[in-house]
Formats: sequence, structure tokens, C-alpha cells
Amino acid sequence: MRSLFSTRLFWLTVAVLVGAAVLPQFASGYVLGLLTVAYFTAVFAMSWDLLFGFAGEVNFGPTFLIGLGAYTAGILDQQFSPGLSIWICIIAGALAAVIGGVVLALPALRVSGPYFGLTTLVAVLMLQNFVVVFADLTGGEIGLSVPDVITIDQKANYWIALGFMVVSGAILFGLSRSSIGLILQASGQDKVQAGALGFNVAKHKLAAFIVSAFFSGLAGALMVFYMGTASVGTFIDVSVGVQVIIAAVLGGRRTVLGAAIGAVFLIGMGEILRPLGELATPIVSVVALAVVLFFPNGFLGMLRGEARS
Amino acid sequence: MLLWQILIDGFAVSALYALGATGFTLIFGVSGVLNLSHGAIMVAAAVAAWAASGDLHVGSYVATLIGVITSLVLSFATYFIAVRPIQHSRQIAESEKEIFILTATLLWGIIIQEAISYFFTNNAKTVLPIIEGVVTVLGVRTPANEYFTAAVCWIVIGLLWVLVNKTKAGKAVLAASMNPRGVTLLGFELSSIYLAVWAVYGVLAGIAGVLLGMFLGVSSYSVGPLTASAFSIVVLGGLGSVSGSLIAAYVVGYLETITAYLISPAYRTIPSLLLLLAVMYLRPQGLFGRR
Repeated sequence: MRSLFSTRLFWLTVAVLVGAAVLPQFASGYVLGLLTVAYFTAVFAMSWDLLFGFAGEVNFGPTFLIGLGAYTAGILDQQFSPGLSIWICIIAGALAAVIGGVVLALPALRVSGPYFGLTTLVAVLMLQNFVVVFADLTGGEIGLSVPDVITIDQKANYWIALGFMVVSGAILFGLSRSSIGLILQASGQDKVQAGALGFNVAKHKLAAFIVSAFFSGLAGALMVFYMGTASVGTFIDVSVGVQVIIAAVLGGRRTVLGAAIGAVFLIGMGEILRPLGELATPIVSVVALAVVLFFPNGFLGMLRGEARS
Repeated sequence: MLLWQILIDGFAVSALYALGATGFTLIFGVSGVLNLSHGAIMVAAAVAAWAASGDLHVGSYVATLIGVITSLVLSFATYFIAVRPIQHSRQIAESEKEIFILTATLLWGIIIQEAISYFFTNNAKTVLPIIEGVVTVLGVRTPANEYFTAAVCWIVIGLLWVLVNKTKAGKAVLAASMNPRGVTLLGFELSSIYLAVWAVYGVLAGIAGVLLGMFLGVSSYSVGPLTASAFSIVVLGGLGSVSGSLIAAYVVGYLETITAYLISPAYRTIPSLLLLLAVMYLRPQGLFGRR
């Protein structure tokens, strides 16, 4: 652990986070709102990175877990509004996502690569279909509006999102650097060999799914009570999942930290380019494609490459 | 009469799915690439044909040709921009190339999709059918275009079969899908085989796209579902198995049509997704796949 505290990257991270924490004193509500969403997206991307970067599972459906958390929390709150504390709703959302994670982990233990990728994609499409079919409960395509929010204070919301990102980032990062992370990485790269070394691959992968699902669901549930609404377009749609994946790959896979950088970059970039109208998305995609092609290790890889040379 | 209607509609939809999935599975079988920009290329072909007949006032056949050429060009662009650089990259570990190609083709598909919606808006577009009019068989009125679509799809699939199984170049492609190294040892240039496969893929996706534009219409929203349906048909049939994906295309096509007619169009895709999930759990290599 000592080596961690002496790296430049660690102190740089701390400096950035301190800067982020005092930002509400200077920045406008608009910027804060943007960053709040970016921080939640960062947790989505970091959770995804744990599954893909470490466990080697090609998960095209991060939004299956996010959506389960978001909609469970939202529906519970809408049905039992004054009687049920929103924190119970949020925890229920996280638990629902964990159950979803276990369901998703079952095929992952049997199939791999593109087969598993497709299973996750199908899971997302199924969830999307069910939201539309059970429109009475879920609000269907229009969306679900929840009666309660955590707080209407923009700064408080910002700090909650920031704190949540830092805590979950620290836990995920710590996990990835622990022996569990190493075993996951080993079983992701060579399942048979990792098993032959005496590690219980199935147990570790299941754990990775549960942790990833827990944080995805928790972030989804928190974000519902920040936004006050849940809709397919913001939580479940495949394009949301694609954005999470791009964020993680852009920042640098297998780093956890990079996923957060990628998410903030993506959301910020999308907003800066907004004046360009419809051209914004293709430009972001072109940049992302260029990074994937020329700097496959992402932003963090670029940073480290420079430090080395 | 409803039964007959389902049989005809299902047949046409399935033939279209089969044609779309054939190119997809061919690329996977030969070079191991899952091209996630598939839907975008199909839609681009249809939109090009639509724009050609609408803006340039050319006839249906010329418009179709323009659509197919567009798809061919985009197919090569996909290969040279999103696939080849990753296959040849030294920075990316061999085991991770698969996910990088998936991500890159996905991004490339998004770029194509956004370009289409920027230049041609998001509105649904229907390409003018080559054959117009209505045919009545056994008391069921069906657009003649539906029979035409099914016929063209099967003719093209038949031609592909002849190409792959009877010509020398086709046999080289088939051999490359079984053992790439063996083919190079026999003196075939693997890179030119890949080029040929991407060319065939471009033509197939183009024809399927234009036919889809004539039959059901396309918009930039159909990109995702098109890719997903080709992907799921191919996995259902077994990755790399062409006959498997043809059968799977019919299973999915009929399941969707039956659901749409007998239950509700809103539930159209649910049974086939459930089937896919069941296959994933019980028989992960697909219905006719080899491991």
C-alpha cells in the first residue's frame, strides 16, 4: 500500500478531488448539475470496468443492472411514497441489482466471449420490453416520475454524488488491487490455469458480478432521486450502456480510475459540443474511435506512457 | 386466412432476416469478426437508394445499385478503419482484440448512424419498391413486393452457396474459415481472401438493406435493432454455421410474426428474446453450432 501513496497519480487524484470538492463555491448550478450526472456515470463505468477489465466478462448490458436499481427504487417510492423512506428504496434498488447480477452471472459461468456479450444485450432488451409492457407500473415509454427527491439543493446533490463516487471508487480500486483483483484478472485471462492454481474461479467471478451490480444499482437508484424521474432513455437504453462502455475504454481499461476520467470527459465533451447540435455525437464518437485505435490503453495509458518515456 | 397471412408475411420477413444474417455470419466464420456496425450499413444502403430515387430521380434499379455500392464502400471502410488496424496493432494484446473490434465497429456504426440522421434526418424512409401492386392468393391480399423480397433473398443466398461451394475463390474462403494457416500454406493470400469476404458482405448487406427499405422502411432508429437481430439470429443458429443461421432466421421471423398477429405487435420481439435466453442457458453453442 505504501507504494500507492508515493505515486504521482495518487496525489494528482487527491488534488483533483479536493478541487472538485470546493468547486461549488465558484461554479454555477448548471456546471454542478452536469458534473453530478457525470459522477454517477463515473460509478457506472467503474463498476463495468471491474467486470470487464478484471473479470474479463464482455458485458454489453451495464444498463440491465443500472436500470434494475433505478426502476426498483423509483417504483417503490412511487407506490408507497410518504410511508417509505427513500433510503430504503435506494437500498432495495441496490439489492434488486445484486439479484440481477447473480442472474447474469449464471450464464457467464457457462458461456464466454461473444455468447455472454449477447446474453447481456438480450437482458437489456428484455428489461426494456418489460418496462414498456408493464406501463401502468413503470410509466412505460413516457417515464416514471418519483414524488420524492433526496434534496433540491444543487450543492448538496453535487456533494452527495461526489462523495458517492469517491467512496465507491476507493472500494472498487482497493478491490482491484487486492489479491481478489489479481485472481479475477488471472481467471479472466486464463480460466483453466487460474483454476489449476487452486483458485475458485466461479466464486470470484460471482463476487465480481455482485460487487459490480451493487454499485451500478446503487448509483442508478441515487440518480433517480436526483433527477426525480426514471425513463428508458436515461437508464436502460442500449445507447446508455454504450456510453458507459466507451467511458471505461476511453479512460483506460483495468484501471478503475480511468473509467471515472472517461465518464467525466464524455459528459463534459458532449456538453461543450452541444452548440454544434446534431454533430456533437458523431464528433465524440470519432474522438472515441481514434483513442481506441491509436491509444488502446486510454487516457491513463497515455499519461503513463508519457511518464515512462 | 389468418394462418395463410402469417405464413406469407413470416416467410418474407424471415427471408430478409436470413439474408441480413448471412453476411454477418460469413464475416465471423472467416475472420472471427463480429461487425456491430452491421445495422448502420444496412440502413445506409436503404437511405442511399431512397435519396437516389428521391433527389436524383433515377429508376428503382439504379437506385438499388447505388444503395448496394454505398454498402460496399462502407463495408470496405469498416474493414480498413475499424477492423484491420486493430488486427495488426502491436499495442493490443491478442486476447483483447475481440473486444476492441467490437467497440470499434460499434463506434463506427454510431458514426454512420449519426451521419445519416444529420444529412437525411431521423424520419422513417420507404424506398420505392421495384415491383408495385397487390397480389391475391387464396383470398389474402399481399403486396407483390413481399413475394419479390422473399424471391430475391433466396436467389442471392443460392448464388452465395454456389459461389462458396463451387468456385475456386469460394472454396478458398471456405477453407480460410476452417484453417487460415493451411490456406496460406497453399499459397493463397489471406489478406485478399479477407477483402473478398468483406466485398461479399457489403453486397449482401446492401441488398438486404435496400429490400428492407422497400418492405418495411428504415430510419436511423432501426440501426440498433437490426444489429441486435442479426447478432441474435447468428448466435441462435450457432456462430459460424450458415445453415444454422438460415434456420434461426426462420424461427425468429415466424415467432415475431405469430406474436404480432395473435397477441399484439407491442410484444413482437419478446418471445424470440426469451428463446434466445433459453438457448444461451441450455445450449450455449447455439442450435446448430460447433464448439
